[in-house]
Formats: sequence, structure tokens, C-alpha cells
Amino acid sequence: MLQRLQNISFLDIALWALGAIIIFVVIWGTVATLIENPYPAQTWVETVVAGIAQGSLYALIAIGYTLVYGVLFMINFAHGEFFMSGIITATIFLAQPMKASGFLDAHPVISISLIAVTAILVSVGIALLTERVAYRPLRKAPRLVPLITAIGASFFWQYFFRGLYGSEVKSFPQFEALAGKASILGIPILKSHIIVIIAAVLMLIGLYFFIMKTKVGKSIRAVAENKDVAALMGINVDRAVAITFAMGSAMAGIAGVLFALVFRQVHFFMGFIPGIKAFTAAVLGGIGSVPGAALGGFLLGMFESVGPGLFLEGLGIPAPHQLKDVIAFTLLVLVLIFRPQGILGERLAVEKA
Amino acid sequence: MKKKLFVILSLLLLAVLALSACGGSKFECEDEIGCVTYGPDEPIRIASALVISGPNTDLGTDSQYGVEIAIAFKETVLGHEIELQAEDDGCSAEGGQAAGQKIVSDPTIIGVVGTSCSGAGVPMSKVISDAGYAMVSPSNTAPSLTSPDEAWNPGYLRTAHNDKVQGKAMAEFALNELGVTTAAAIHDGDPYTEGLARVFADEFEAMGGTIVEFTAVNKGDTDMRPVLAAVAAAGPPEFLYYPVFTAEGGFLTKQAKEVSGLEDTILSAADGMISSAAAEAVGEAGEGMYFSGPDLSFSGGVYEDFIAKYIEDYGSEPISVFHAHSFDAANMIFACIEEVAVQDGDTIHIGRQDMRTCLYATSGFEGITGTLTCDEYGDCADPKISVSQLTGGEYTPIWP
Repeated sequence: MLQRLQNISFLDIALWALGAIIIFVVIWGTVATLIENPYPAQTWVETVVAGIAQGSLYALIAIGYTLVYGVLFMINFAHGEFFMSGIITATIFLAQPMKASGFLDAHPVISISLIAVTAILVSVGIALLTERVAYRPLRKAPRLVPLITAIGASFFWQYFFRGLYGSEVKSFPQFEALAGKASILGIPILKSHIIVIIAAVLMLIGLYFFIMKTKVGKSIRAVAENKDVAALMGINVDRAVAITFAMGSAMAGIAGVLFALVFRQVHFFMGFIPGIKAFTAAVLGGIGSVPGAALGGFLLGMFESVGPGLFLEGLGIPAPHQLKDVIAFTLLVLVLIFRPQGILGERLAVEKA
Repeated sequence: MKKKLFVILSLLLLAVLALSACGGSKFECEDEIGCVTYGPDEPIRIASALVISGPNTDLGTDSQYGVEIAIAFKETVLGHEIELQAEDDGCSAEGGQAAGQKIVSDPTIIGVVGTSCSGAGVPMSKVISDAGYAMVSPSNTAPSLTSPDEAWNPGYLRTAHNDKVQGKAMAEFALNELGVTTAAAIHDGDPYTEGLARVFADEFEAMGGTIVEFTAVNKGDTDMRPVLAAVAAAGPPEFLYYPVFTAEGGFLTKQAKEVSGLEDTILSAADGMISSAAAEAVGEAGEGMYFSGPDLSFSGGVYEDFIAKYIEDYGSEPISVFHAHSFDAANMIFACIEEVAVQDGDTIHIGRQDMRTCLYATSGFEGITGTLTCDEYGDCADPKISVSQLTGGEYTPIWP
């Protein structure tokens, strides 16, 4: 017992104290807000739904981080650019011309399918190209090297697409069928939010089954476990890694389409912040774990959306919504203090870490 | 042996120093800060630091065209050609800092036209001021930049209006012209947006209106629904003013229409969102929106020549609102160079403190934007504000 106590360092105590203070402030703010009760129920519902929709986007993007990390132990900082590349291309070459010609409103289902397929293809293409050119030659290099390369790749793609399409904000057309709200259990919810949440959940379930139940998924898991042994078992490691990148970036491509449906605005820099947030979500949920990334994404979206109004409003902080990133990253700090491996993460064995 | 070599080298060094001192010009710089010297065939160098990347490119590019046309019209200053070094202020504090550092590392630059964004202007004016340079901004409008207790630094001037004027004009328009009594304001933490929203809110209340919510979003945010829902829960207001930039403004406009309670709220923004890119970003949701900004109903032969040259060189009508202000800013700098430069044959010397003193003393300067007279903290504008309405992708001035 004494031995265990001696193993606890001063730093641990300080971190725990910090965590306790944060939790105390959060509870205090929440109680104060609930007593003050500044918002009607409808506002809370809207905020929660917006949070879930935003969280689904984070979840889809976070999958890409976590898959690549699981297989290669590298953080692919260019992932936000995979997200951006697909939808910005589809907007310029499909969505805007189709809106102008009236095709989009006449055949919304065909249009959205075409846009989605194009966005996925471009995202996957960019991801495979990056993997082949920038990451594969560095597979045996120390882990810091591909990390820095990924940051470089991220800048490269950002400014590549800026050069290609210009730096203006591009508007993504409104689908008439998705405009306005639908009533679910008597609660009016934006149709675009409903689509995003349903699509994201379906994609996540589909991906989970792909990884867990199919032969290709099995090979990815084997490579994640140990590349050398997987190769000895007759698994083509390069192919498995490429498929991993393709899966992650396909999710990012879909996330791009859903982002455009909700926010109707695309831009060459749009991948940066969602990329950072999704990375946070992946770490939050436990990097390397697919259900963890999904859970982390939803949690982060919810906290960002509800947090400022719930935790900070009651403390009398002016303009609380400006502080939503503080809430997002404080959540990350809290989780890392109490559970360093993330919510659903496994403790990595020494040889892996 | 070694000692001997040392003595010889020292003597040589002394000789070189003495020679260079005698061999130079007769001119002796007596300026407190220092002088810039341009040799017979050297061009006079000025810099611009405007936003020429990112979603607000239109704003800065338009201003940069203004500077380029000013140079083209001026041709030469005291027989020297003018060379422009174009930097990017990135419309951010970091961008302004970087552009400022780059400019002050070049001792041949005499004056700066910039920045576009007040957020970039705050750190950059510090860098420029500390290095002894002078800058004239065509489009910084945040009140703090010319307030000595806040962000003002010596050497900073502007030809754009102070937002004390713009915020007040918008409050007057909302109360008297639209007849609303409740309003809310949203900014994004940038000195420009925060200053303008604050002036609007204060003036609106001073004139008898009620501000139901004064809040903020983050630069780079996409999901504005939580903050809009908070605004709706606080009122909902009849009038919503968000003087932010293109990307955030686009999201706010589209999402405001989808938040319950704000369906009938009148939406309005400011000059940071008067551009073709912003009109595209707000799309159909921005139909009928109001925008405060500088009154561009300029007249006079120079402006007609300016517009003709603009269309000829860049192939379109002006893409944003501060081209005339930057034209005037560049010409203010040229006028002062002509006034303070000491000519020494074909070589000219310009004292940096003289340059500053001259700029601050600008009075009755006839520019496109009006008659400019600078006060001691660098507010030079002849401010005229108008309100435009966005209909069918076009900004139409409707007030006053």
C-alpha cells in the first residue's frame, strides 16, 4: 500500500487537482445555468441536434485518423485535405453547373448520388496518391518523419486546390427537397440534419462490419497487429495499407458531402479546422479504435454545441460561444488526465507504442 | 610576426573606413529615426500589406489594384520610378505580424499601404512603428487603431473611415429608417468586427433601442446554430447586425434563416462582406440583407479615369469597396515623399521622421474619397457611410 502511494508523483496529484477543478467549474456552471434557465426547450433541442450533426461529421473524419494510426502508427495530418478535396471538386464541376441548368432540382437523387460518387473518388484518389508518393517510401523511417511529411502534404494539397480553384468561398446549392424542417415526435428538426445523422450512422455501422466481418477487413486488422507477421502469413501489406487509406478517405469524402449539405459553403481551407477537431475526437475516443473515434466525434460535437450555453452561460461569461474550442480542448485534457489511452482505447503494449 | 600582421590589418581597416566616410555623398542625415537613400537609377520602393489570400481575397486584391493604379497614374516621383512590394496580411494577427516583419527587414521601403484587416493592423502597426516606418491603411476601420489608449502606434494612419462613424450610421438606419426597436449584434473577436459591433450596440441603445444580445463567434467556425439559438432565445431581435467577414458571414446568414425565432429578423452586415465573393457566399439566404459601408458615389474626372483604368487592367468593375481609399493612401505617401525628400543630384534622401510628420500634417488633400485631413492619431478620412441592400446578387445603395 505504502509502495503504491510512493509511486504517485507530484505531477499526478497536480493533474488530478486540475481535473477536479475543471469538473467542479463545469458542474457549478451547469447548475447556475439550469437555475437561471435562459433558454426555452426548443433552443436546447436545436442545439443538441446541431451538436449531433456536427459530431457525426467529426466522427466520419475521425475514422480516417484512427484507421491510419491503427495500421501505420502515424498521424495523417493531411486527412482534413482529403475531406476538402472531394467536395470542393464536386461542387465546382457538378453541383454548381447542375444547379444552374436546373438538373439538380429536377433530379435531386441522381444529382446527390453523382456528387457523392465524385467526391469519394476524388478524396480516395488524393489519399492514395499521397500514400504512394509521400508516405510509402518513409514506412521504415523513424515515426517523426512521416508525421512531418503529413503536415507538408497537408499544406501542399491546401495550396494546390487554392491554385486550382481560387481562394474564394464557393457556395454549394440548396437542395429544395432538403430545405426546411421535418417534424419528428413533434419536434421540428432540419431535414439536412436528419440526413447527416442517418447517413453518418449507417456509414459507421457499415465500416465496422467491413473491418470486423470481411476478409479484407481481417487483413487490415492483421497488418495493424504486426506487419511482419502479417506479411509472412501471405498478406500483401502495401495493399492492406492502401485499402485502409482508401476507406478512411472515402469516409472523409462522404463527410465532405454531408458538410456541404448542412453548411452549403465550401472553401480550400475548410479541411483544416474539422481535421484538427476530428483528430481531437479520435484521441478522445482512443486512437486506433473505430468505435472510439465515432464516440469521440459525437461527444466532441455535443460538447461544443451544448457546452457554451450550458457550462458558461450560468457563470456569467460574456459571448460564451466564442469559447467553444476551449471547451472542446478542455474535454480532451480531462480525458487525457483520467484516461490517457482515450475513452475506448486499449493500453498499447510497449513494442507498439 | 602575428602582432605585425594585426597592426597592418588594423591600419588597413582604418584606411577603408576613412575612405568610405570621405568618398560618400555630402549629405548628412539629421533625421531622428534615419534616412532612406535612393541612388540615381533606383526606384522608390513602397510596400502593400493587404489580404490577397483566403476567403477575403477580394477585399485586399481590390485595394492592391488601387495602389497599382496610383503608381501607374503617378509614373515617377522626383524622377524616380515607383516599385511596389506586395505582401499578404492574411486578414489575421499572425499574417499582419509576418508581413510587418518582412517589410521592416527591407531598409529600402519608405512607406506601406496596409493593412486590409484591422485584426492584422494591430500587430503590424506595432512592428512598423517600432522600426520607424510609416503605414497608411486603406481599410482598417476599428476605432482602437487610432485611439492612443488602445492600439495606436506612431506612424500609423488611415484613409478609411473610423467605425465610430459606421456603427452610428447603421444604428440610425435601423432605428429611423427601418423603425426597429430591438437588435442583436454578433462579432468574431477581430478588432474590426468587435469594435464595429460594440459601437453599433452602444449607439443603438443611446438612441433609445434595446440590444437583446451582444455575443461572439470564432473565426473559422462553421456551426453557428448554437449562438443563433441563444440570440433567438434572448429576444428574438427584429434586427441582427454581424459585421464579420465572408466565410463566417455566409454561415451566419444561411443558418439564421433556419433557426426558429429568427425567420423574420432583418439581417445586416458591414463592409467586410461587400464583395462578389460575399454575395455568392450568402446566396439566396442573403436576399434583401442590408450592408453598411463607405459611400462609393464618388465623382470627378480622376475617379472616372480610375474606373476606366481599373476595367482596362483587371477586366471588371471594382470587386470590393476600398480601391479608392487605397489609391488615396498611396497618393498621400507620394505627396509626402515629394515634400520631404532632399535632392542631391539624381540621388534623393528621405527622412523617416520627416515622412511621418508630413503624413500627419496632411490637410485639405484632395483625393477620390473626399478632402482628407489627418488628425494627430492618423484618422484622415472624410467619412461618408451608406447602406446598401443585396438584391439578385447586386449591392444597391439605398440610404441615405
